[in-house]
Amino acid sequence: MTMPTERSPETREREGYYGEFGGSFTPEVLHETLAELRAAFDDARRDPAFWNSYVEMMASYAGRPTPVTYCDNLTRTFGGARIYVKREDLNHTGAHKANNVMGQGLLVKRMGKKRVIAETGAGQHGVATATMAARLGLACTIYMGEEDIARQHPNVFWMRQLGAEVVAVTEGTRTLKDAVNACLRDWAESMDDTHYVLGTACGPHPFPQMVTYFQSIIGYEARKQMLEVAGRLPRRVFACVGGGSNAAGIFSGFLDDPSVELVGVEAGGKGIDTGRHAARLAGGKGRVGVAQGYKTVFLQNEEGLMQDTYSVAAGLDYIGVSPILADLHQKGRVRFEAATDAEVVEALRLTIRSEGIIPALESAHAFAGAFREAASLSSDDAILINQSGRGDKDIFTVADALDDDDWKDFIRRKSAGYER
Amino acid sequence: MTITRKPDLESTLRRRLADKPLLLMTHLVVGYPSLDDNWAMLEAMDSAGVDLVELQMPFSEPIADGPSFVKANHDAIQAGTAWQTYFDLAARAAERFSFEIVFMGYYNAVFRMGAERFCTNLAEAGMRGFILADLPPEEAAELNALARGHRLDPILIMTPTNSPERLAEIARQASGFVYCAARKGVTGRKTDLSDGVPAFMERCRKATSLPLGLGFGIRTADDVRELRGMADIAIIGTAGLHAWQERGADGYREYLKSLVAETI
Repeated sequence: MTMPTERSPETREREGYYGEFGGSFTPEVLHETLAELRAAFDDARRDPAFWNSYVEMMASYAGRPTPVTYCDNLTRTFGGARIYVKREDLNHTGAHKANNVMGQGLLVKRMGKKRVIAETGAGQHGVATATMAARLGLACTIYMGEEDIARQHPNVFWMRQLGAEVVAVTEGTRTLKDAVNACLRDWAESMDDTHYVLGTACGPHPFPQMVTYFQSIIGYEARKQMLEVAGRLPRRVFACVGGGSNAAGIFSGFLDDPSVELVGVEAGGKGIDTGRHAARLAGGKGRVGVAQGYKTVFLQNEEGLMQDTYSVAAGLDYIGVSPILADLHQKGRVRFEAATDAEVVEALRLTIRSEGIIPALESAHAFAGAFREAASLSSDDAILINQSGRGDKDIFTVADALDDDDWKDFIRRKSAGYER
Repeated sequence: MTITRKPDLESTLRRRLADKPLLLMTHLVVGYPSLDDNWAMLEAMDSAGVDLVELQMPFSEPIADGPSFVKANHDAIQAGTAWQTYFDLAARAAERFSFEIVFMGYYNAVFRMGAERFCTNLAEAGMRGFILADLPPEEAAELNALARGHRLDPILIMTPTNSPERLAEIARQASGFVYCAARKGVTGRKTDLSDGVPAFMERCRKATSLPLGLGFGIRTADDVRELRGMADIAIIGTAGLHAWQERGADGYREYLKSLVAETI
């Protein structure tokens, strides 16, 4: 696979900016650390051997390339566009997260640092980082909101088995955004030997660019695969958007194809009008601001205080969105929609039953968005859904979302078995 | 009506420094533990003879702060501390007390308020400058130019990790005084003042002729005494909050007096 090339230079007014979004707004103590990271990343991405070593590692360790699967049953259900799915669920550790993490791991080795830290919400990025640290022989600390630790204990179990220290974050809303703050605070102290493996295409420059660079492997594979499997480019590409790394990754393969419409699907939660959601761009509730080291559209009040977000999918439950996506939205290149919890659960059930594919709740947002539009397209059209992760490993949360009585009975019996 | 213009912040500090070798800057988070407590703290600061006060505007994502101030920020927000609450307290304090007041906070408040309105609010409240923990100098040129038009000083932060080139760049944007962070990390943890701090302060002196404040981990009267000859302003943050919480109003006043005693 060839190295990804730079995006058109006229869109880069200032280094680290995407239109009006991006930048680097961190405490001064991190200035030199970020400069060092930018230099290391610039050096690596100009070195064809680095990209090749990344692709090679992802092939031999993570199972890439992941396939594109044609879904005939879903296609017939809606009777419109032919539905294809990019299978990031088949990536090692069960999600696209491993792409970014393994790439940053190679960079850490180049920089000679000995320890990695990461934030995690649902636990996917934490597990992926702990996996990379085990594989590359690095010390690892994962910051996770106390609330999320309570919700996602199986991932905590695996992180600890993989040798990571898991630190409960007890500040603020005790969720993903507070875990990001905890990482920035750790890093402000530990930067000499520690790299912060930020999990999504957000945060201070160069993280949005670097995470998108590693995740662009999804888009490059998918474009080629669509031409092979479907014989054409997709009419539309759907991806769920939390921080936005899987979307930025798959979209990057199609940005230069004006015939391909790109659709980001945010968490509509209980409905945008209820206020209980995490839709920053769809629905127009977000406002431009600066927090957690970067400028983007945040869910915040008039005085710039961040608001509580909500989604059935912990991985989408976040206040900000990638500055790269905020810019593509403003420029009209990516359309944003929101899917509610109820639509997502329905899409999840249908996909499992029709295709034997189990999307993560996060990814099921992309399916829900695609299902809404499939029937209105013709059978000559193909649409591509990015299945960013698998749902079967999150059995506790998926079973809760599906409200499965048989599962609840099992948990009660299991729990009784542990009582002394 | 005649308006007597105050001298600029640096001159004000220099004038105070002519009388004693070290100044003292203290801090509070507006709205925490409560506005009444804030007022009592400010009265104690004034009667103890504190020279400068940082009033922190609470923010939901205070990434430069340690656990005590993170809690203070979040609790102040919970209590409903709004921009107006903040500027009302600042204006009352500037009117009543003899110390100088500077804004401390995070850039999102300025960004949401708009730079012009931010500067107007500060100037009208009688404040002298601002410290923005997450605004790097390369993003601050426009705000800083606007601020000087309002006779407000951008107080920038120098850290031990900065290269000499970076310290020079910070110095070019700074005025009033410079806030030197004694160590890496966030607010609220002890600093070993012998460990590289004098050498760091020398690097800062080389970069700027402005008065130098030293903060991060300065807790006790002994710490303040150690700063004589090394810094121009001793900066007390988290330790002040802990003194208020652990020793009560009288204990807090005694604590501040013991610090001020080391600056004379």
